Amino acid sequence: MRTPISYFLLVSALLFTIGTVGVLIRRNALVIFMSIELQLNAVNLALVAFSRQNGNLTGQVLAFFSMVVAAAEVVVGLAIIVSLYRKRRSADVDDARLLRG
Amino acid sequence: MIAQEAIETVTRLQAPLIWLIPAFPLAGSAILLLTGRRWRGSRAGWLGTLVVAGSFVASVAALLTVVSKSADHRTFAQPLFEWIHAGGFRVAVDLRADPLSMVMALTVTGVGGLIHLYAIDYMRGDPRFSRFFAYMNLFVFFMLVLVLANNFLLLYVGWEGVGLCSYLLIGFWFERKAAADAAKKAFITTRIGDSAFLIGIIFIWTRFHSLDFGEVFGQAAGISNGTATVIALLLFAGAVGKSAQIPLHVWLPDAMEGPTPVSALIHAATMVTAGVYLVVRTRVIFEASDIALTIVAVVGIVTAIYAGFSSMGQDDIKRALAYSTISQIGFMFFGAGVGAYSAAIFLLVAHAFFKALLFLGAGSVIHGLDDEQDMIRMGGLRRAMPLTAATWMVGSLAMAGIFPLSGFFAKDQVIAAASEAGRTGLWYAALFGALLTAIYISRATFLTFFGEPRSQVHPHEPPPRMRTSIVVLTAGAAVAGVLGLSATSGLLPKFLAPTLGPAKEAVAGPSEVVLSIVSMGIALAGIGLAAFVYLSGRLDWQAMRVRFGGAKRMLQRGFYVNDFYGGVIVGPAKLAAAFAAYVFDKKVIDGAVNGVGSLFRGAASSGRRIQTGLVRNYALAFLLGVVGVLWYLAARF
Repeated sequence: MRTPISYFLLVSALLFTIGTVGVLIRRNALVIFMSIELQLNAVNLALVAFSRQNGNLTGQVLAFFSMVVAAAEVVVGLAIIVSLYRKRRSADVDDARLLRG
Repeated sequence: MIAQEAIETVTRLQAPLIWLIPAFPLAGSAILLLTGRRWRGSRAGWLGTLVVAGSFVASVAALLTVVSKSADHRTFAQPLFEWIHAGGFRVAVDLRADPLSMVMALTVTGVGGLIHLYAIDYMRGDPRFSRFFAYMNLFVFFMLVLVLANNFLLLYVGWEGVGLCSYLLIGFWFERKAAADAAKKAFITTRIGDSAFLIGIIFIWTRFHSLDFGEVFGQAAGISNGTATVIALLLFAGAVGKSAQIPLHVWLPDAMEGPTPVSALIHAATMVTAGVYLVVRTRVIFEASDIALTIVAVVGIVTAIYAGFSSMGQDDIKRALAYSTISQIGFMFFGAGVGAYSAAIFLLVAHAFFKALLFLGAGSVIHGLDDEQDMIRMGGLRRAMPLTAATWMVGSLAMAGIFPLSGFFAKDQVIAAASEAGRTGLWYAALFGALLTAIYISRATFLTFFGEPRSQVHPHEPPPRMRTSIVVLTAGAAVAGVLGLSATSGLLPKFLAPTLGPAKEAVAGPSEVVLSIVSMGIALAGIGLAAFVYLSGRLDWQAMRVRFGGAKRMLQRGFYVNDFYGGVIVGPAKLAAAFAAYVFDKKVIDGAVNGVGSLFRGAASSGRRIQTGLVRNYALAFLLGVVGVLWYLAARF
């Protein structure tokens, strides 16, 4: 008996919500970054689940692409966070508010 | 009325003569304006004088061409080039040489040349010496365009051009506020008349579909009385402004702020008489209306009497002469208004001589007394300046109308014309004006040259070139009468007859000899009255000035017309301007502009709070947006 798709989607939604709440309430750039990764992987999970449900590989291939892009994104994002930290001695995103109107 | 112009023969003149007349002063003006600073000493003045002399020679040559033809073929037109050609509207630059324009051109260049010569010494040492002569030459050019034009628009070009030069030369010493103000006043006041003139030209176009003199005058006899009246009065309004007649006369006394040669050339001899030329030139239109000529005559005589009274109250010698000019031009309009066109032109020519002479004499007095213009502080100058005094006497007697000087013949013909036309009321008024003329000019003579000296300055005679001009003008003022010994058979009336029509036959009143004796007697009475007050010593005129101070001030202020305009027109206009500047512009216009600005500033300053700069806030907004969109989509399907 196959695991119903709703289970996967539930886990995916849970992960995405945790990630969203993390982005919204945490101030440390690294933690926010990790929360974004949670959101990404929640979506990946949903993609794979739908792929399995539909019986073709399109969703899984898309998940691979997504993971590759996410890996590249991690490199860039971490580099930004590190240089930001070096410059301001802080990884707190609320300290970086030069665009305040 | 009969339209003589309908059968007028116009000869096309190809010989390069007429255009040379205005070309000389134009070239002189251009050279002096472009290279003026490089001319050392008085050479710029000599150049300016020589080009006007050259123009005079060209005028004489043109005159010889004109008189070489028989009397009916003395109108020449020289087409130079087409100026405007838009649809059916065509205006060419055509110059016209006929007896009238020749008389005007000779007067302008002849008297103008002498005044240029005088100005070489008068303006010596002025920092803008060459520019003065550039403007003077430019003036002579425009004046010649005015009198030589063969259509209304070209005449208008000259008309505006002389106004411009008048402005430039009145304000020549613009460092003095009075001079700059007087220049503006002259320009703005004459502009009122000029606007009416321009509207009149537009009317002429709509009625005749041509601006050419020959075509317009040819058809003018056929137009309706109403149309003729409207056009004639619009043209006359232009003449009133330019010639400083009531009610637009207020600029001329103030124009005396300009250098004295300017007063002599522009504000006595030539430009201010352009209005008379205009009326005489367009007489066919005036004759087609049954009321226009009467209005011209009445305005002229009222102005003559008004300005005669005002001149009596002036202490400044140049202002006295300015009011005298207004008064004499009034006589010219009067002459034209009663149909004595050639007498009006005769008076114009004679006036150019004797008034230029009087102004140059006044300039010599001012020069000799170190810029003193107040006649009350002069007196007794005939001993220190015998030549100036003698020439002034000739000029003043000529103006008063004493036989056999030029003014006698000219003014007598103008006044006699009123009687001969059967208009006795106007004739009496003109005689009264002549009496005033004799009184005010004799008063100026006695105050300036007779009695005891009232100035500490030791006056001296002017330098030789100034004397030369004055002596030549004196000769002109003395003998110009030979041009018109008789109103019907004199030299000038006969010469002008092809253009102005034959002199009217006397229809009423006493004979010419009786009229002459009457006007001569009136002039002598005026001189005697002035002598009794200012010369005999039986009256203490200086005490009378104080006792009748109110009347004296009223005359001096020209019956407060200027003050009336100041209160009724200038004052409210200034108030309206202040309202526009400080209320409308500052509050309404600036308020609207600033209001739009502060509206957006206000909106922005409340809207900017959204931009916290906190990434998490943006992320929250983003999330809410996505949720909102999903909600909408979910609700829709």
